[in-house]
Amino acid sequence: MVDKLIGRARDGGREGARETADADRPDDPKGDAWARVALARNLRRPRTLDILEEIADDVVELHGDRGFGDDEALVAGFARIDGRRIAFIGQQKGADTDENIRRNFGMPHPEGYRKGMRVMKLAERFGLPIVAFVDVPGADPHHESEERGIADAIARSIGLMSRLRTPIVAVITGEGGSGGALAIAVGDVVIALENAVYSVISPEGCAAILWRTADQAATAALAMKMTAADQLELGVVDIVVPEPAGGAHVNPEETARRLKTVIIGELDRLAPVPLDELVDARYRRYRSLGAYTESAAPVVVQPPSRGLGDRLRDLLDPGRWLLGTPPPGTARRDEPNESEV
Amino acid sequence: MPIKLPSFRPRKDAYPPDLWTKCPSCSEMLFNKQLDKADRVCPTCGHHFRLSAHARLDLLLDEGSFRELDAGLSSEDPLGFVDQKPYPDRLAAAQMATGLQDAAVRGVGMIEGRPVSICVMDFGFMGGSMGAVVGEKVTRATEHALAERIPLIVVSASGGARMQEGTLALMQLAKTCAALERLRAAGVPYISVMSDPTTGGVFASYAVLGDVNLAEPNALIGFAGARVTAGTTGQELPENFQRAEFLFQHGFVDRVVHRNALRGDIAQLLRYLKPQAVPGLGSEDGGARATFDPVRILTSLADRYVPEAPENANGQAAPPAAPAAPATPASTGRGRSRGR
Repeated sequence: MVDKLIGRARDGGREGARETADADRPDDPKGDAWARVALARNLRRPRTLDILEEIADDVVELHGDRGFGDDEALVAGFARIDGRRIAFIGQQKGADTDENIRRNFGMPHPEGYRKGMRVMKLAERFGLPIVAFVDVPGADPHHESEERGIADAIARSIGLMSRLRTPIVAVITGEGGSGGALAIAVGDVVIALENAVYSVISPEGCAAILWRTADQAATAALAMKMTAADQLELGVVDIVVPEPAGGAHVNPEETARRLKTVIIGELDRLAPVPLDELVDARYRRYRSLGAYTESAAPVVVQPPSRGLGDRLRDLLDPGRWLLGTPPPGTARRDEPNESEV
Repeated sequence: MPIKLPSFRPRKDAYPPDLWTKCPSCSEMLFNKQLDKADRVCPTCGHHFRLSAHARLDLLLDEGSFRELDAGLSSEDPLGFVDQKPYPDRLAAAQMATGLQDAAVRGVGMIEGRPVSICVMDFGFMGGSMGAVVGEKVTRATEHALAERIPLIVVSASGGARMQEGTLALMQLAKTCAALERLRAAGVPYISVMSDPTTGGVFASYAVLGDVNLAEPNALIGFAGARVTAGTTGQELPENFQRAEFLFQHGFVDRVVHRNALRGDIAQLLRYLKPQAVPGLGSEDGGARATFDPVRILTSLADRYVPEAPENANGQAAPPAAPAAPATPASTGRGRSRGR
């Protein structure tokens, strides 16, 4: 039943996923991409703790990074799902303005990621699988975060997750905003809700840089292929879980129920895999992402350094050839002159 | 027929712009050949100009010791990305302008007679942005260092991940960090050099993860763009915000090194940071796990002495050190070194 609900990239069910994607391929792709960005950012979208509340029988939250403080933008702890004990980690946006200010709109500081790493190391030591819930516009950009090493925290969290000897299930529930998302989204399997988005930069940021106006955000959103369906095709996401009609916020209970089925399925699939195999497969998963071609010999391109003589010749020669006069012997094209040696 | 003489147009673009450079710091006009001779450091005020990948290699490595590997890697256009220009056109333009295939060059060379695996970035190629090729080259350089048990040096100069490759560019953060974790666990040193600029996804992955982090004076180094920070916060930023000295002050850079001293500094560090003979056990916390694990040692030794299969079909068959091939299911990048 689960397999009917979801598109599985891993087990050859990719065609199924494509069909679903093609079936609701809209007439207005740009509008559709942007609508999904809006849904992913919807203020009433269920957050990490809301989802846990629905799917877990028991939740214990842990606090503090043991170095600086506690960051409420990122929650972490233990939970029990249908009798399976897990460690969880996830960004947490607020439900209203007050909570959003307290939780910094779900944008973690370095201490948030360091708390996450602490809990993930605990999970490894005590043999608990990890479920990570990703919903973040981006890591906190304030200068305090730079001072405390936001880049360092993200890089170390990515590195840690790549080698942890315990199963990791990552779930993109809302916004997957760049490095701040990837920092906790390295997993053996990456699940995304249907209207979740995942991108290397916010569409507004991309538009501001490449189109020089943030008004083109919708165009950028389409160009970056940031919807869950597109990410499934790129292989960045393995499973897309459909949301109830109208989006996850319309029926959070049903959304959580569908997520729970898939998460449990993946936890049970990963549990018997030997840890060495698991970690190797995870390494290979990320090792293989990215498109490039490899040719034996590099294509020969024009040498980068061009002297004054070349430039002058470039200016003069076309005219001379036009006039039918060959360039003077001192400036033959094929010989460098002294000025550039 | 009217004859147009194109020769002596006093147009501005007829001036070769690469003859003179104005120092942005002290406004001195600098003759480019002299600037190149001074490794592109302003002789008046010490401003560090950006350095091309090959100039950087010349600066750091013993003369003539560099051998490029994986030069044939080039980017694809997995998203079919078009902004104001299609991505393939941008790539082609950058390749013409720089003579490089992508924003990084990797290979092996020597520093004071010690072999190193090195990867340097070039800001001139699409802002040094990291797509699949840059990520792949850094990863292969790391896997090469691991397989040969020689130090890894990465010189960063990048605005961050390449937007035109979308999340596949983002995934390069995971790819490179994962490879560096393996290098770290194996006790092979990694020196990261951050030059102007090192920002975004490059800073938040391999650039910040050096066993030793070096930075050039006044280099822009940061995660979020300074405009983003100022725009979203409205706060006044510290004066040297996101400069090498700021990072140094806050403990994320070991040494801020003048370009003239960079090669000497790296050589000095490499005398202390020698690759460990047996793959290190345990994680970064060191000793969190059992320190003696005979089966694992024997397994890893056995792995390392497997006679090397001819794994490169791509003709880069220079004998001393074959480039690390992308990991296949059978080989994981760990312990694929040749017997010595």
